[in-house]
Amino acid sequence: MNFASYEVDGFYDEMLTDPTAARPCAQHLMQSIQALAPGEFERRQAAAERALMQMGITFNVYGEQAGVEKIFPFDIVPRIVSAAEWGRLEKGLKQRIHALNLFIDDLYHEQKILKDGVVPREIILTAKSYRRQLIGWEPPRGIWCHITGTDLVRHSDGEFYVLEDNLRCPSGVSYVLQNRQVMKSLFPKVFAASKVRPVQNYPLKLRDMLEFLAPEAVATPHVVLLTPGSYNSAYFEHSFLAQQMGIELVEGRDLVVEEGQVLMRTTKGFERVDVIYRRIDDDFLDPKCFRADSMLGVPGLMEAYEAGNVALANAPGTGVADDKVVYAYVPRIVKYYLGEEIIVPNVPTYICAEEKDLRYTLENLDRLVVKAANESGGYGMLVGPHSTQGQRAEFAERVKAEPRNYIAQPTLALSRVPTICADHLEGRHVDLRPYILYGKEIFVLPGGLTRVALKKGSLVVNSSQGGGSKDTWVLADSETVEREGSNGHAVPLSKGGLP
Amino acid sequence: MLSRVADSVYWMSRYIERAENVARFVDVNIQLMLDAPEGQDQQWDPLVAITGDHEEFTRRYGAATESSVIKFLTFDGDNPNSIFSCVRAARENARSVREIISSEMWLQLNRFYLMVNSAAQQRGGLDEHEGFYDEVKQASHLFTGVTDATMTQSEAWHFSRLGRMVERADKTSRILDVKYFLLLRSVEDVGTAFDGIQWIAVLRSASAFEMYRKRHGRILPRGVVEFLMLDREFPRAIQFCLMAARDSLHAISGTPLGTFRHAPEKLLGQLCSDLSFTGVDEVMQYGLHEYLDELQTKLNQVGQGIVETFFAFKTPQPGKKPVLAAVQ
Repeated sequence: MNFASYEVDGFYDEMLTDPTAARPCAQHLMQSIQALAPGEFERRQAAAERALMQMGITFNVYGEQAGVEKIFPFDIVPRIVSAAEWGRLEKGLKQRIHALNLFIDDLYHEQKILKDGVVPREIILTAKSYRRQLIGWEPPRGIWCHITGTDLVRHSDGEFYVLEDNLRCPSGVSYVLQNRQVMKSLFPKVFAASKVRPVQNYPLKLRDMLEFLAPEAVATPHVVLLTPGSYNSAYFEHSFLAQQMGIELVEGRDLVVEEGQVLMRTTKGFERVDVIYRRIDDDFLDPKCFRADSMLGVPGLMEAYEAGNVALANAPGTGVADDKVVYAYVPRIVKYYLGEEIIVPNVPTYICAEEKDLRYTLENLDRLVVKAANESGGYGMLVGPHSTQGQRAEFAERVKAEPRNYIAQPTLALSRVPTICADHLEGRHVDLRPYILYGKEIFVLPGGLTRVALKKGSLVVNSSQGGGSKDTWVLADSETVEREGSNGHAVPLSKGGLP
Repeated sequence: MLSRVADSVYWMSRYIERAENVARFVDVNIQLMLDAPEGQDQQWDPLVAITGDHEEFTRRYGAATESSVIKFLTFDGDNPNSIFSCVRAARENARSVREIISSEMWLQLNRFYLMVNSAAQQRGGLDEHEGFYDEVKQASHLFTGVTDATMTQSEAWHFSRLGRMVERADKTSRILDVKYFLLLRSVEDVGTAFDGIQWIAVLRSASAFEMYRKRHGRILPRGVVEFLMLDREFPRAIQFCLMAARDSLHAISGTPLGTFRHAPEKLLGQLCSDLSFTGVDEVMQYGLHEYLDELQTKLNQVGQGIVETFFAFKTPQPGKKPVLAAVQ
């Protein structure tokens, strides 16, 4: 397979600067791809798909017949991040999580940041994910956001930007581990030569972090993963992580709270549970405390939590910092708590709750991406350049009716990675979701989920809407491959758009 | 292990075994009807009678004909005991315990389901049913083999075997009972060539024909009953199944054999002893159907006891400290 017909198209390409020249970090990979016999690359792509099918790497699709599973499409051309770039991202992510944890803790205690007017009080008080039940609560070890999956994108200026903080129940890490497994068996030699940093210790790190949260009196903590059940779209991930960590996968109906203690129903009686990695949203955790109609949760769970008899990761109430409007304030939040400038910046964001930004947003709907504060998975979103007049008019009404609920961002020219299209390679847009664990210390998994929009020209990478994934190679060598030169088409962010 | 997980593993196996056995007795009846002397009526309602779903069947289908019975027992998604429903239920159970079973087991069960599902969509008719029932038996054997070859033989595996063996014992007794229902209808056939053919069909339906020949030689009703009911070495014989179920039950609870700690251990122990100390002549004298009927009732009690002892979602008694199991 060769790159003769490959076009960079003015985007930042993660692998090449032009069809003949690889970036320094990707040189070895490019030579290896070119050296393969004709048809060999396609054969390995087919082998990868077969392996994923057999391993049952599937997700459930909502709205279709119950039990329908699909394979998450996978492309074997990896996305490479140089050691120097990663070093900066890692520092930036640690800084961000550190500050966000202080922020959440402040919101449930003194609210200094609101009193000082850095973040408008109203924005927090109107956030659906601000849980008044937790005011004054000290979570175990003072940590709220134990597991985070921060979405990053690279713009055509070659810079990484944070697009979204996922602080509730970020998913996708199982694909990171499985993709790596498949790639290692397909390209063992390239791996050895490229010095790719390993990701397979994630389940160990995750388990260590969870055990760290257990009540102090417990010598051997009993950790479980709480899933909504086998019809949840991320069920495969839940069972995979439980299996990899060697912990029990439980559903709400397996647990019962008795005298402030969470117990698990086993064939030999009741067993105590000390730490719950919950993959259920706050709303559904405990019908006695949150949504009364929840069938997924455990009645009395919050009572046990507040008695300090069980730890929950992530802590309930963490979602308040996941709000898309709160996101816009993160650079100020970092500055406020740490006194530092933000290392990995936000995408410039217009806050519709602010008069000036609202006007700008309404006037420029055709150029902006408008997002609702509390939606995820690419829903509740208007992509200006791809919208019709009618859709824009309808969205304008929604924004005007509830400005607090919306933000707007310029359309980004997401970076691309060569991707197999039948018998040749074409550039496809990608984002990057690294995973961060906050336990004894903050750990950033060297790698992450690279999601790719498989449809030509598409910017939507969500698996529910035609996205796939790639393996992410973070290189180990400490050579300073700083910003391996942009491709000469740097576009100012505010003007960024689709060709 | 979690009660819910044990429950799912147990039922996953039971449903697979049930699907296989429904395939067996539909198959045996088809064989019998093909060999029936000319002029004799087709007999399909006994088949429905022995599944215990007679009322449901009559309400929905009316008269028992070849096509209605085959449809009801094979592809009817509204009949929870049809082959299709059983395999679907087994797969749903497996899906909820994917981290407990081996991926090879999941793969095989998934293939099994897809095969039955596509047959239900495409065929539904009668033309190719024999091939289909063979495929169902094969797929079930494969699943059992994969289970034994890939799964750690600890608690979960024992629950799986327990489910399979309890179900198989129940269904072998029902297959034997088919003969009883047929006898009822055609007393004048006893001792005729067709009678012999019927007994051979019964043996074949339990994959027992060749093994029987090695053990007993001549086809005699007494021998067939002894073989399918009391043999301690043939894997579909009721006695064999119950002993295996008992062993798994004791492996799960750690109770020494010959003693008991809960109801299912007691009941199953008694059943095994009963069969060990009963001769085939006593069974025949007592009445085969009556004996089997009582056996099935006791088996149901064992099943009920297993559910209550291990799976039932009891809540801790308020005010009383719950008993905590040791953390492993």
